[in-house]
Amino acid sequence: MNLSLNDVKRVADLAYIEIDENQAEATLAQLSSIFNMIETMQSVDTSAIEPMSHSQSVSQRLREDIVTESDQCVLFQSIAPQVQEGLYLVPQVIE
Amino acid sequence: MLNASLKELSKQLAEKKLSSVELTSFFLQRIKTLNADYNAFITTNEEMSLAQAVAADKMLAEGEGGALTGIPIAQKDIFCAKGWLTTCGSKMLSNFISPYDAGVIERFNIAGAVNIGKTNMDEFAMGSSNETSYYGIVKNPWDTKAVPGGSSGGAACAVAARLAPAATGTDTGGSIRQPAALCGISGIKPTYGLVSRYGMIAFASSLDQAGPMAKSAEDLALLLNVMVGFDARDSTSLQRAQEDYASSLEKPLSGLRIGLPKEYFAKGMSQDVENAIDKALAEYRKLGAETVEVALPNAPLSIPVYYVLAPAEASSNLSRFDGVRYGHRAESYSGLTDMYRKSRAEGFGPEVKRRILIGTYVLSHGYYDAYYIKAQKLRRLIAQDFAEAYQQCDVIMGPTTPTVAFNLGEKSADPIQMYLSDIYTSAANLTGMPAMSIPIGFGEKNRPVGLHIIGNYFKEAQLLNVAHQYQRVTDWHLKSPV
Repeated sequence: MNLSLNDVKRVADLAYIEIDENQAEATLAQLSSIFNMIETMQSVDTSAIEPMSHSQSVSQRLREDIVTESDQCVLFQSIAPQVQEGLYLVPQVIE
Repeated sequence: MLNASLKELSKQLAEKKLSSVELTSFFLQRIKTLNADYNAFITTNEEMSLAQAVAADKMLAEGEGGALTGIPIAQKDIFCAKGWLTTCGSKMLSNFISPYDAGVIERFNIAGAVNIGKTNMDEFAMGSSNETSYYGIVKNPWDTKAVPGGSSGGAACAVAARLAPAATGTDTGGSIRQPAALCGISGIKPTYGLVSRYGMIAFASSLDQAGPMAKSAEDLALLLNVMVGFDARDSTSLQRAQEDYASSLEKPLSGLRIGLPKEYFAKGMSQDVENAIDKALAEYRKLGAETVEVALPNAPLSIPVYYVLAPAEASSNLSRFDGVRYGHRAESYSGLTDMYRKSRAEGFGPEVKRRILIGTYVLSHGYYDAYYIKAQKLRRLIAQDFAEAYQQCDVIMGPTTPTVAFNLGEKSADPIQMYLSDIYTSAANLTGMPAMSIPIGFGEKNRPVGLHIIGNYFKEAQLLNVAHQYQRVTDWHLKSPV
């Protein structure tokens, strides 16, 4: 497969990672060789195989819909970059 | 104290010949003196470690101690520990004092073990040489020009250099077993789901599994007894009856069938590693085991499959680091999206970014079936290969790594060469099977070689038995670089 510089920029954009022109070009070279390695997967026919997401056949556990956590707002916000009156502060998004 | 087994330390503590404060102070002093040479620890906190030691001595005085009460354990910096800086090897979390304990930390606390410090690791556990850590490279105590392996490189180094009696690690593609092999110690990755992932900073959730790293299989059994257990806060935690992993250590190996996958012996393994493996297998035959050839035809695809699935899951897991609730936030930005972009660009290192980009790509519209679903289908084929192999054998053996420890800097510019370090280990993560590495000798430049032992689901006790019987008649695990 052929990865383009635009692919790299588009993916960086989707992943919310700022990347400049030089970095994008270096990344393109590395990702291209990694994807060439990944392409070897296509050598095996898997048309009749079910995908496997978990090693054990387990189902999602359910629990009672009750409160199990205590309020630790102050503790958790003590490590936040910016808080005010119990709220996380971010740049304005609505005019 | 330096070379004592956990059983011996535990006995001395119980008989009051040694206190936990003495033992903890001894290892804290060693770390203080020697960590500058190795960089195995990111954080130590004398006050908190000694407070735990005092509490452990009280437990012991009241006769309430267990096998690990008072024993210092080096915790990988991927486990959240309340009040401790928990960085996961990243600049992103360089200011993150965890407000809670991981399930694993909680279990060690209840057992009365002492947290002796947080060990260095590849950033977000992504790496096989410990060179991607924001906190600097870790050196291999057998040869400081060599890598210790990764991602649990600090843990492996700490045990090998005798900076701690034992350590914890995590293994997503080989991150316990590969550094254990390169540093000449023992390590086990249990069956997926046995050890809680709660509070263990997520890399690839369907592959991540924590496990112990120590000097011997016997030590690993005692550590596993504490680490394994159901945790409702981990959605993939398995509910099973508690096992005593030390109970079958002494079982003789006569009649044990060891499967040797022809794919693992065909090519890629260096001559020095092969020589050590041959000698170890000869020892097993002397112990009454027989070897049979088995086939794992899809196993060579483990690396491509792994490098689709693990980055895909990582790209999703690491989206939580946005500079809003915790972790690094950029100094200046023009708006919310710019804040995300800059915080993530500054907070993540090159390998982590690379994997997020791979993962984002394989999950993006139009590529999901070709990559992600294809890899999940191959994952099933690999698991089926192992299931068939276990019809003919009890355990599977081979090399843990293709070569002994490589030099620092040797592979850091070539991601693919680095990824191939996990060629033999990643299949156990894809299938969820337990696997371990034990030291079996030395190869080139007198660097350690590890034997990889893979078992069927929930066969941890058998793996430890197989490893312990070898360690009863050999002394590789007793060798130390210090």
